[in-house]
Formats: sequence, structure tokens, C-alpha cells
Amino acid sequence: MAIFRVKAKAKGGKTDVKMMAKHDMETGLRKGKDGNLIPSKFLDTIMVSHAGKTVFEANLGTAVSKNPYLAFEFEGGAAGDTIEISWTESSGTSGTESGDIK
Amino acid sequence: MSMNRRTVVKAIAAGGALMGLGALMPRVALAAWNKDAFAAKDQMGAMNALYGGTAEASANVMLKAPAIAENGAVVPLSVSSDLADVESVAIFIENNPTPLACQFMVPAGTTADFSTRVRMGKTTNVTAVVKAGGKTYSATSEVKVTIGGCGG
Repeated sequence: MAIFRVKAKAKGGKTDVKMMAKHDMETGLRKGKDGNLIPSKFLDTIMVSHAGKTVFEANLGTAVSKNPYLAFEFEGGAAGDTIEISWTESSGTSGTESGDIK
Repeated sequence: MSMNRRTVVKAIAAGGALMGLGALMPRVALAAWNKDAFAAKDQMGAMNALYGGTAEASANVMLKAPAIAENGAVVPLSVSSDLADVESVAIFIENNPTPLACQFMVPAGTTADFSTRVRMGKTTNVTAVVKAGGKTYSATSEVKVTIGGCGG
């Protein structure tokens, strides 16, 4: 299941990437309807690579908002290329998905 | 002559081993999710765990944050820097339960300019720390929060 929505645009030799994950980023401080704390569950590492090279790496904490939005820019990349996103969650789940550069 | 050659060879071997270590170590240290830093309950503790000390305020670190955030659950932030050799960028929110919000690595070829959105519990200072060329620099900006975004 893809959780990331990616908008990547190549322009003037650089690629501008905007991405957003669909994720609650539970902090572990919030209470549920039953009055008990909801255990924390959040994306902790995100890595993006292009043509086998890491172009972005982030470690996230619970202070990152729900549905995390991340934007960055890297050199290289052309329209039609793909970028690979790999992520891990604090629960140990991980995933890989890809996005297209326009 | 032979003594000389021996010392030279030794020196090169030792240097090579050191360089190899130097090239590998920071990579490993940077890539790992720093549990101590993310779990630290105060800003000093988090900074110490992540960068081993506080950072020097610098005009070369640009932190774009709203003066007033109506909704603390979604506060847009942008950090950029025109320093050379930027290795990583971290965002700290002073009065949050755990001040370290996120850390971005800057691989060669990637611009030191990141945007994200964070949660803020209450009005406090947001500090962006940039590590460049082995030194740390920071920029701070106060964000007033109308409605907190940390649970409740």
C-alpha cells in the first residue's frame, strides 16, 4: 500500500520534490475514546534515492505533524525518471515505493 | 634509507586506516535514528545527544516560520542554509514534550533547503541547527501558538 504521494519536477538540471505521506504519526501522548493512551506509531526514517544514489534522508520524531509533508531539491534527475522511497515506521514496519519525475 | 622507507610505509598504512574509518564512521552515526536525541525531554539534552553541544547562532541559517500559528498541529517550517559542506539539518521545538522534531541528512548534490510541517504544544522558540564542515550553527524564531497540537 502506497502511503506517499509524490510530486517531483525536473527543472534546470535540478529536481524539486514535494511529498506527503498518509500517516497519523501517533505521538503516544494522545488519549483514545476509552481514556487510554494511544501507543505511539510514527514514521521514523525516510530515504529517497534516484538512480541508485541517496538524495534525501530524514529521521523524524513525533513532533512532525500528521500526514507528514517533506520538500527538498536535488541536482540531476530528468522527466520520466523514477525516484525510490523507502521508509520505516517506529513499529518496525517498512516499505518501498516509487514516484515519477515530471 | 631502509629505516626511512619503513617509517614512511608505516605512516601511510596508519593514515589509510584512519581515513577509512573517518569516511565510514560519520556516515553510520548520521544515518542511524538517534534514540537518545529523539527521546530527550529538554532541548539541551536533545542537542547534546545529537550534536554534542549547543550551536552558534548564525545568519547563514535561514529559518522560515510563521510568527503566529493558529493551529499548533500543523506549523509549516522551512530551513535553508548557504553554508558550504552542510551535513545535516535538525529542527528543535523548545517546549515540546520531546524537542527534537526531525533531522535531515544532506547528501552531496542535495540542496540544503527543506520544508516540513510540525506539531507544537504551545508558544515557544523553534531552533534550526545546521551542521556544516564539522561545526554547528543555528537560527531561532519564536512561534506563537493559538491552539496547541500535542494531543489532548
